[in-house]
Amino acid sequence: MPLIESLLNVLSVIVSSFSTLLLASLGLAIIFGMMGIINLAHGEFIMVGAYGAAIANQQGMPLAISMLVGGVLAGIVGLITERLVIQYLYDRPIDSMVATWGISIILTKIALVAFGPNFPGIGTPFGSVRYGGFSASIYRPVLAVAAISLLVVTYYLFMNTEFGLHARATIQDADTARSMGIDTTRVYAITFVFGSMLAGLAGSLFAPIATVSPTLGSSYIIEAFVTVIVGGANVLLGTPASSALLSLINGGGSQWGGTLLGRVLLLVAAILMIRIQPRGLSSYFINR
Amino acid sequence: MSRLSNSLRAFEGQHTIGNSRRFWIGFCLAVLLVLLFPFVAGVFSVIQMTVFLIWIFVALSLTLVWGYTGIFSFGQNAFFGVGGYLFAIVGGNLIEVTGATNVALLAAILAPALFAALLGYFMFYGRVSGVYVAIITLSVTLILELITSSTTGVTLGRVDLGGYNGINTVPNLTLGYGETAFSFGPVPMYYLVVVLLVALYLGLRYVLNGHTGYVLIAIREDEARTEMFGYDIRWLKLQAFTASAAIAGLGGALYTAWGNFISPPVMGILVAALPLIWVTVGGRQTLLGAILGAFVLQYLDTTLASSLNSDYAVIVLGIIFVVSILVLPNGVIPQIMTYLNDRATDDEHDEQNAQEAGSPTAIGGDEN
Repeated sequence: MPLIESLLNVLSVIVSSFSTLLLASLGLAIIFGMMGIINLAHGEFIMVGAYGAAIANQQGMPLAISMLVGGVLAGIVGLITERLVIQYLYDRPIDSMVATWGISIILTKIALVAFGPNFPGIGTPFGSVRYGGFSASIYRPVLAVAAISLLVVTYYLFMNTEFGLHARATIQDADTARSMGIDTTRVYAITFVFGSMLAGLAGSLFAPIATVSPTLGSSYIIEAFVTVIVGGANVLLGTPASSALLSLINGGGSQWGGTLLGRVLLLVAAILMIRIQPRGLSSYFINR
Repeated sequence: MSRLSNSLRAFEGQHTIGNSRRFWIGFCLAVLLVLLFPFVAGVFSVIQMTVFLIWIFVALSLTLVWGYTGIFSFGQNAFFGVGGYLFAIVGGNLIEVTGATNVALLAAILAPALFAALLGYFMFYGRVSGVYVAIITLSVTLILELITSSTTGVTLGRVDLGGYNGINTVPNLTLGYGETAFSFGPVPMYYLVVVLLVALYLGLRYVLNGHTGYVLIAIREDEARTEMFGYDIRWLKLQAFTASAAIAGLGGALYTAWGNFISPPVMGILVAALPLIWVTVGGRQTLLGAILGAFVLQYLDTTLASSLNSDYAVIVLGIIFVVSILVLPNGVIPQIMTYLNDRATDDEHDEQNAQEAGSPTAIGGDEN
């Protein structure tokens, strides 16, 4: 019995690590893959989503609607950021990284000033399952399902819609796309807002299991960041693959030597991966 | 006077701002003001000023590696932290034995340099560059923060590492031997930091205006072309990275000795971003920009934090930062210099416009 229990434990840690990494990195990956911009305010978009969901939930909205509210709120913040700052920095990737850093500090402190250091979160829904000494909240597998659903939605959006066609054309060759009549500025803006909404939804989904606080974003940003780079430029293949790989390492490490070891191993693994294959995991799937 | 200006020539060149006699007079006046500061200000202000100056070491190390060589390092605070921790650990253990912290200071410079040499070998000889360097160095910084935060109850010799609370029993900087060792209190510490900083600034001006400076800037502008000219860019980047780590490590040792304290948040993501902000606002491709950016923004931060509230202060600073990236991509100082040069050129034109109609407009020299 103890063997099965500990296997279940490892599995549950890995699954929740996988869904966390995938959710936290998907929006970032789309923005990076599309425009080469590393949005360091991404963690704060996640934070905005979590606050949005928590506030809406307090106002008595049903959980699913509150979560959508979180996503939309982050999308609005993303739109404002894109219009005010990012649109001027598309040809300056390093400056955009530094500038989004500034935005992340501003958003963190605004949240702190507006809501204080602690905010009542959302209770974890669905209860939990129990098997011998093993117990886990049902919400965690639900989170994994949500993460994969969002990936599928993103896949559909980019592969099966007219916007997706324009977006992929812009990724491949922005100049040619523009000369074929695609409004690339608009494509960039929509992509940025879409990425921000994904971050917001991730934040809403994290709200029941995380502490809703102004620094919520900073606990996800580095892992998200590293997952994206290890995944490589092809978002739809690379990000899930690197989430899977890194969550195996993170989950295994946490189970073996505590969360600290899990985080350290994840970062070390990412550093090694970047050194071995800077173009990311997705370059193994695609022959260029 | 002419002999003096000849000896100044070694520190002048197109890679640094300020090559005129006017600049050097201003420089001497500024140093004089800084030296006189403890006579007019109270001890508290002197202590405050010391830490502003200490952080300038990190800003300068970042300018060397990022502004001049084009390596986007997010890890200067890792070297700062390693230097600080080494000083605390070695100093705390040896102060009772030797009565001084000579070895600790040396260790705090050499250990970060060695660490950077290994990390740099790993990155540059693996052809990792651009934004990937930023991610690796940032990850390393955070790994160090995580590890030092988890050292609660761990002791190395006599020193308790103290986990997230850090080490708070660090001795003063004490140089010399046994009875004759000199312990640097607040005011002597201030003067030591000023002297080291002036030496560092002049040293960097000397190196960057020499052949090394040309090659480093060539790497920043075009790696492939520099390599085609026969330079081993991996080795040169490694050298610049290592030197910058030694500078940051020295800063870390001074910081730790200054406050008798070091803790993991100096390697946290919030603090690690500060040097980037200072250098970007001041002008990352200039030494002067790094110095003034670091000084003015720290001063603003402290003043705003005491008059408003530290959270509003950060919001205001963040907005200044984002706006300055949008409006002044090269930083404030280069912009001011361009403006001054243009005006100087206009003045010359006014004097000469009767004789010369089409005199050259570019004045060169001072422009970076």
